Amino acid sequence: MTIPTMTNPSFNETFYASLQTPPTGERVRTCLQCGMCSGVCPFGYLMDYPPGRMIAALRSEIFDRVMNADTVWMCVACYACTEVCPSGIPLTEKLMTRAKEELILAGKVPAELQLALENSQRYGNVLGQSPRKRADWTKGIQATVPVFGKDKKAAAVLWYVGDYASYHPRVQTTSRALAKILNTLGVDFAILGSDESGDGDSQRLAGERGLFGVLATKNGQAFRKYEFDEVITTDPHAFNALKNVYPTLGISFPVRHYTQFLAERLDQLKPLLKQSVNGKITFHDPCYLGRANNIYDEPRALLRVIPGAELVEMPHSGKTSLCCGGGGGGMWLDGFQWEKAHTRTSEWRIREALMSGATTLAVACPYEPPRFEDAIKTIREASGMEVRDVVELLAESME
Amino acid sequence: MNIVVPIKMVPDLVEELVIDASGARLEPDALRLKLNEFDDHAIEQAILLKEKGAGQVSVVAPDIEGVDDALFTAAAKGADRLIKLTGNWNNGVNNHALARVFANFIKTLRPELILTGVQAHNDLDGAVGPQLAEHLGMAYVGYVSGVIISDKAQVRKEFPGGLIAEMQVALPAVLGIQAAEKPPRYVPISKVRAVMKTAKIETFPAMELETAGAPLSVRLFQPETGTRATMLAGDADTVATRLVEIFKERGVL
Repeated sequence: MTIPTMTNPSFNETFYASLQTPPTGERVRTCLQCGMCSGVCPFGYLMDYPPGRMIAALRSEIFDRVMNADTVWMCVACYACTEVCPSGIPLTEKLMTRAKEELILAGKVPAELQLALENSQRYGNVLGQSPRKRADWTKGIQATVPVFGKDKKAAAVLWYVGDYASYHPRVQTTSRALAKILNTLGVDFAILGSDESGDGDSQRLAGERGLFGVLATKNGQAFRKYEFDEVITTDPHAFNALKNVYPTLGISFPVRHYTQFLAERLDQLKPLLKQSVNGKITFHDPCYLGRANNIYDEPRALLRVIPGAELVEMPHSGKTSLCCGGGGGGMWLDGFQWEKAHTRTSEWRIREALMSGATTLAVACPYEPPRFEDAIKTIREASGMEVRDVVELLAESME
Repeated sequence: MNIVVPIKMVPDLVEELVIDASGARLEPDALRLKLNEFDDHAIEQAILLKEKGAGQVSVVAPDIEGVDDALFTAAAKGADRLIKLTGNWNNGVNNHALARVFANFIKTLRPELILTGVQAHNDLDGAVGPQLAEHLGMAYVGYVSGVIISDKAQVRKEFPGGLIAEMQVALPAVLGIQAAEKPPRYVPISKVRAVMKTAKIETFPAMELETAGAPLSVRLFQPETGTRATMLAGDADTVATRLVEIFKERGVL
C-alpha cells in the first residue's frame, strides 16, 4: 500500500496541527526538549523516536522519518511520559496515539495487532471468541449473575465485565470472585451478557479510533436499553473509556472501578473477611487506574482490611508505577515487542515485587494476572510468587 | 487487465454448528457466515496485481447475509467493482450449482484472469475453481501462492516435499489461490465506512440453481465417541491379575 502522506510535504504540518486541539493539545508547542518523557518511558531506550524526539522531528519537519520507523509500536500507552512532562503535554493521548493512527491508515500494522483488531471488528471481543458465549463464565458457579434483558430490566448496578474478564480462563476467576462478593453484599446488579462488546480503549490507543467508535456505539445502545444507577467494572481500561472518552461520543453514564465501589463498603466487608493471608502483599498500580485516573488509595484500603495483610511497596509505585506492558496495544504485540527488546516489562515488575519482599503481587486489571504469571515462569527466584487480583484476595478471605 | 474474483461465504466455526431437524444439513439460523479465508487471499492477490498496474478488479458474490461487509472491505482495499448475484440462496447451495452460476455471469464480464480461493472448509463436492474453469473452457492451476502477469500468467505453486514450481499459464485462466504474496491487509474501520458512502454494490440476477452432479448428504452427525479406556485400580498384583482375566475374557490369552 502506498503512503501518499509520506511524500506530501504538508503531512508534517497537518499532523502537527492535528495534535494542537484545545484544551491541552496546544501545549505541544511548549515542549522544552528536556527528555524526561524519553527517559521515563519503559521502552524509550530502544525507540528510534521516543516522544521528545518525535516532537523535535515535527519541529524540524522530518516527521516522515518517524513514520518510517516502527518503534512507536513499543509504546504501551502507560502515561509515564504524560505524568512527568513539565509542560503538561498530552503525550500519550495525542502524540503517541495519533502516530499509531497514521501508521494504521498507511497499512503498517504488525500482524499480531491486525488479528486483535479484526477479532474486535468481527466478534466484538479481542479474543476472537463467540459473542454468544460472552456470559458463559457465569455457568456452573454458585453466585447468581443476573443478565439484563433475560433476568432483569432494571438494577442498581450494571456490571460491565469486559473481554478478558468474560473469556480469558485465568481472568474469569476475578469475575467469579466479584460475583461472589456482590452476592454476599446483597448488591442489586446485572451484566449485559451477549449485549456487551469490548470497551475498545486499548484499540483506540493502538491507533484504531474508528473501531473504538463502533464498539462504544454498540455499548451505548446496550446501556440505553436498561435502567441502572451506575456502571462498575473490574477493567481499568473500560473504566477509563466510559469515564473519559465515551462522553465525548454522547455516551455518558456514571462509572466506577470496582475498587472504588467496594472501598465505600469497607464496614460491611470487613466482618466478612475471615481467612488471613500469609506473607507480604505488594500492590501494582494499573496505569489506567493510577496515572490515568488518579485512583491509588482505594485498592490499598481494601487490601489492608484483609486479616494478616502486610502491605509493602515496590520501588516504582503510585504515580511512578511500572506498566505490565499490556496497554496501548502491547497486549497484542508480545512477539513484536520481544523481538525488539528481548525482555518484558512484566518481568522487570516481578523482579521489583521480589525486591519488596512480597510473596503476593496484588493487581486490579484483567491484563495483569496472565502477564505477570507468565513473567513468573521465566524468573527462577519468583516461583513462589502468587498473582491475585484484589477482588480474588477478598473473596478468598471470605471462605 | 480485467481480473474477476468470485467469493463465497462459509460458516464461521467460532460458533457451534447445529444440525437441523432433518438431520442432513446445518441449521441456517444458527450459522454465522464469514468470507472464506482463501477467497480473502484471492482478493488480496488481485489487489496486489492491480497495484502493480494490472488493471481492474471485480469481486462477485452470491447475495447472502454478511456479503455486503465483505464486498465493502474489498472496495476499501482497492477493488473496483462490487457485484452481488441475487437468487434463491436460502436453502444453501452446493459448489456444482455455485460454479454454474458464477460461470454464467462471469463470462459476461469477459475476464482475462479469475482468482478464487483454492478451497473452503465446506467444500463437500469439490472446489469452485476447477469447475468454473471447466464451464468457461479456461485453464486452471490450483494451490497458487504467487502470480506475475505479462501476456501470460507466471504462477508459483507449492508441492509436497518442499518443492516450488513456477509455471506459465496462457490467459484467460482460473487460478485457485492458496496464499496471496502478502497476508491480507488490515483496513481501518474509518476507511470501510468512507467506502460504504461512495462505493456501489451492483446486483444481477443469478441463473436458476442447477445442483446436478453433487452428492446428496443424507446424514450429518458429530463424530461419535467410542468406548473409553478403563483404568484398573489397586496394587500391582491386583492390576496384573485383573489384566490377565481381561485378556482371557477377550480370548487374547
